Amino acid sequence: MESLTLSDVEQKYYSDLFVYCDTDNTKKVASNGRVLDLFRAAQLPSEVVLQITELCGATRLGHFGRSQFYIALRLIAVAQAGLPLRVESLNSVKDLPLPRFVVGKNEAEAKHAALYQDTDSQGLYPAPGAALIPRPPGRGHQNKKGPPSSASLPVHEVVQPQAPSIEPQPEPTSPVVSPHQSPPTSPASWRKHKRQHSGGNAERQPVAASAGAVWTHFREPQSVPVTGDGMWSSHSPPPPSQESWVSFTADTPPSSTLPAMHPSSVQESTTIRTLASAATTNEIQRQSSAYDDPWKITDEQRQYYINQFKTIQPDLTGFIPGSAAKEFFTKSKLPILELSHIWELSDFDKDGALTLDEFCAAFHLVVARKNGYDLPEKLPESLMPKLIDLDDSAEVPEPAADVGFSSSPVEVTTNKSPSMPSLNQAWPEMNQSNEQWETFSERSSSSQTLTQFDSNIAPADPDTAIVHPVPIRMTPSKIHMQEMELKRTGSEHNHPTSPLLAKPPELPEETAIKFVAANTVGEGYSSSDSFTSDQEPITRQRSQSGTSPEALKVVAPPPPPPRPHPSHSRSSSLDMNRTFAATSASGQPQASAIAYPPAVPPRPLPTQTSVPLSGHRVEAEGVAGSGAGLTTTSPQQIPQQPNFADFSQFKAFAASEQPVSLQEGDKHSEGGQLVVVDLCAQGEKSLEVAAPLRSVKSDGPADERPAASVSSCKVSSGPLAPPPKPIRRRLKSEDELRPEDEQHGPQKSNVTAAVLAAQPSIPRSVGKDKKAIQASIRRNKETNTVLARLNSELQQQLKDLLEERISLEVQLEQLRPFSHL
Amino acid sequence: MFGDSIRKCLAGLQGTQTWRVGIAVIAKENYPLYIRSVASQSELKFHYTVHTSLDVVEEKISAVGKSLGDQRELYLGLLYPTEDYKVYGYVTNSKVKFVIVVDSSNTSLRDNEIRSMFRKLHNSFTDVMCNPFHNPGDPIQSKAFDGIVSGMMVQTG
Repeated sequence: MESLTLSDVEQKYYSDLFVYCDTDNTKKVASNGRVLDLFRAAQLPSEVVLQITELCGATRLGHFGRSQFYIALRLIAVAQAGLPLRVESLNSVKDLPLPRFVVGKNEAEAKHAALYQDTDSQGLYPAPGAALIPRPPGRGHQNKKGPPSSASLPVHEVVQPQAPSIEPQPEPTSPVVSPHQSPPTSPASWRKHKRQHSGGNAERQPVAASAGAVWTHFREPQSVPVTGDGMWSSHSPPPPSQESWVSFTADTPPSSTLPAMHPSSVQESTTIRTLASAATTNEIQRQSSAYDDPWKITDEQRQYYINQFKTIQPDLTGFIPGSAAKEFFTKSKLPILELSHIWELSDFDKDGALTLDEFCAAFHLVVARKNGYDLPEKLPESLMPKLIDLDDSAEVPEPAADVGFSSSPVEVTTNKSPSMPSLNQAWPEMNQSNEQWETFSERSSSSQTLTQFDSNIAPADPDTAIVHPVPIRMTPSKIHMQEMELKRTGSEHNHPTSPLLAKPPELPEETAIKFVAANTVGEGYSSSDSFTSDQEPITRQRSQSGTSPEALKVVAPPPPPPRPHPSHSRSSSLDMNRTFAATSASGQPQASAIAYPPAVPPRPLPTQTSVPLSGHRVEAEGVAGSGAGLTTTSPQQIPQQPNFADFSQFKAFAASEQPVSLQEGDKHSEGGQLVVVDLCAQGEKSLEVAAPLRSVKSDGPADERPAASVSSCKVSSGPLAPPPKPIRRRLKSEDELRPEDEQHGPQKSNVTAAVLAAQPSIPRSVGKDKKAIQASIRRNKETNTVLARLNSELQQQLKDLLEERISLEVQLEQLRPFSHL
Repeated sequence: MFGDSIRKCLAGLQGTQTWRVGIAVIAKENYPLYIRSVASQSELKFHYTVHTSLDVVEEKISAVGKSLGDQRELYLGLLYPTEDYKVYGYVTNSKVKFVIVVDSSNTSLRDNEIRSMFRKLHNSFTDVMCNPFHNPGDPIQSKAFDGIVSGMMVQTG
């Protein structure tokens, strides 16, 4: 055989063809079947084919080597040119157009016919062969592409890189170009098809479908014969590709339409264009642009996808559930692994459902895979959900061609076999589809929700839910505590509940968590506050100790203005019972008392009030004893809370105010239960048990308090018996729960101690003179107010501590599991 | 193992340490869904380590689950340290377990780093589960998941 000199275009074209025929990927021998198919596609008489075969030496060799193949191709071109077949003509003929091959016309045609109900498509069908041939190398009429084709060459050249992918490729630009054997001609044909507007080109596409996009691309650049190439490519994909393509989709026609839309069919589209219209230049341009993004979805393709989407989900803005999508894509007969990978790529927001964009991307990928293109590792940009709107893409102006080129890898059409039937129906609506497409495009950019990765953050710590702002002990806590206690006792006695009611407004802004506690405490405080206006100093002292409650209700050290306490109206009343009954309630009010002015200097409380108060106080102390320190009864109650460091003071104070504490106890009853108790105890006992109380208080926390409190309670039980006991218990429990409150306790205890200290003297004097009694009563009232306030503060602190304790317990529980290590 | 340790040392010297000896995903029924270990180093030992760690995981699950219910922490922490490795566990609410085995020599690997690794694993695993083409109980064959695991295995300090 004489050597064959091929032009560059021819070289490329031939090599592409060879690769196409190289089913065994031997790179040296083209499978006879393919070659023969190819030759058949050349639409040459069989004798000519035989002659060619003989001439090229294949007959001799028994197979088509590369050189033989090339020679054969050349001869085909010669034959198609109408020139006699001669060996000499191999090189002698110049400007020989590239051999043209008709795509598996029959199949393609049939499919297309079915597919394209549109006149366009149908128009295409009738002339699949003709369309295929449209590019006779030298024939100008059909070769409108001639010049354009040459012009398109560059484009094709550009595209070429994709083509070369035919050889073991790699990827020049299109990620998927791996068209070895059955390059998705269908895409090409489809592409053509999609060029409906390009008229006859549509036919090409279907026909070209078989050719596989790659071929078309490939051929195009080959210049003149480009058109022929396009055609050839379009049909070259012989049955195998078509078949494969067809197999994917039950109805090829539908798929064929897709390929038309498929960008990969750019080549074909280009060819078609040239055939159909003179808009080749446009095509070329498109192709070039398409080339840049091989994954772009053509308009037609997208329309097809949209139609398919509708079959599953009528609402274009809705989702396709994973199961439905799975069924749909399973019909493509791709391996599950690949489908899984496609899903991973296309489900952009990882929600297990496909939006229209995601669906189109997935469909596109399936088509590409079907056509032999490898799946990309990452979703191509053009397939990203946000790029739904094809209208906007530059491709719009250029019909499929570009798209075809770019997406050559993807035989969009074919793949959704299930959709095929619908496609058939859908196709007739091609025109409508445009509308839909438009609408779709409007929607498209919609809403692709970007990845919504739910951060699987470890379950929120239970702790996070519980916010325990550690109360900040304000400076005036001590004084405040004292005042609180005093007031608390007073308020408790008078009106346990009222302080509570009055208090809430005080604490609204305080820590939310401690709100409840604060409220209650606050109420106590408020009651106490209102009770003793002149006890502000006391409350101030107490506030120092009552950090948390104070913080809650009084942000600043300055004690809050005294608040009217309903209890205050009764403050004068010595209804200790009521006070004690509401001891718990008054606890909160007591807290508010903290805001009151600094604790009133301890004065000898009237024995009457002091007695009960003292009793309570003792109880409170007893309760607080162990830990919370809240109780330390009366003055001690406060200290029991860690924050209350003024307990000692309170003690003294409480003691001194015992006579009055009764009244206060009432008020404070709601407030710091502990304090209330203390106060009550103080009130009760101050007179009687002042000394013991004091001793109790001085004893400090825990141990003796319980005993003292008990005793004091008993002593003071008199009128206050019932209330103190429950209070005591409460105090105890609270104390245990609030180890942190001990700090407060001491503070308050100081105050109370101071108060109490002053009290012992009161009882003696009380019993002496009426006036003295009255004075002591007054004093007791004041003390009560203060104590009530203190009580409320203490209770507030107690609650804070409780919450802290709870949080610690939660943390402990959390840590517990790990202790299993 | 000697070679492995040497390799690790060398890797450490080079700055690119493969701390994570391996990562495994175990299904609810305690069969592996995904196992990946670094290089080819004693895969058998790695598998064995993972297998034995399942007992510890089960113990933790049963102990914690009863008391706290769904408050149970997904991150199980250090399951048990061996002379060569430290094994960390993480269990999802569907009783799928993740096990990470790291070198004992990686002292700079903090607990929160392990937690974040588990979090990423869990996220990736969730994505895999969302794939309708993946049947729960099948071995995980997701490239994305592979990518994430590989990235985690070759992380540098």
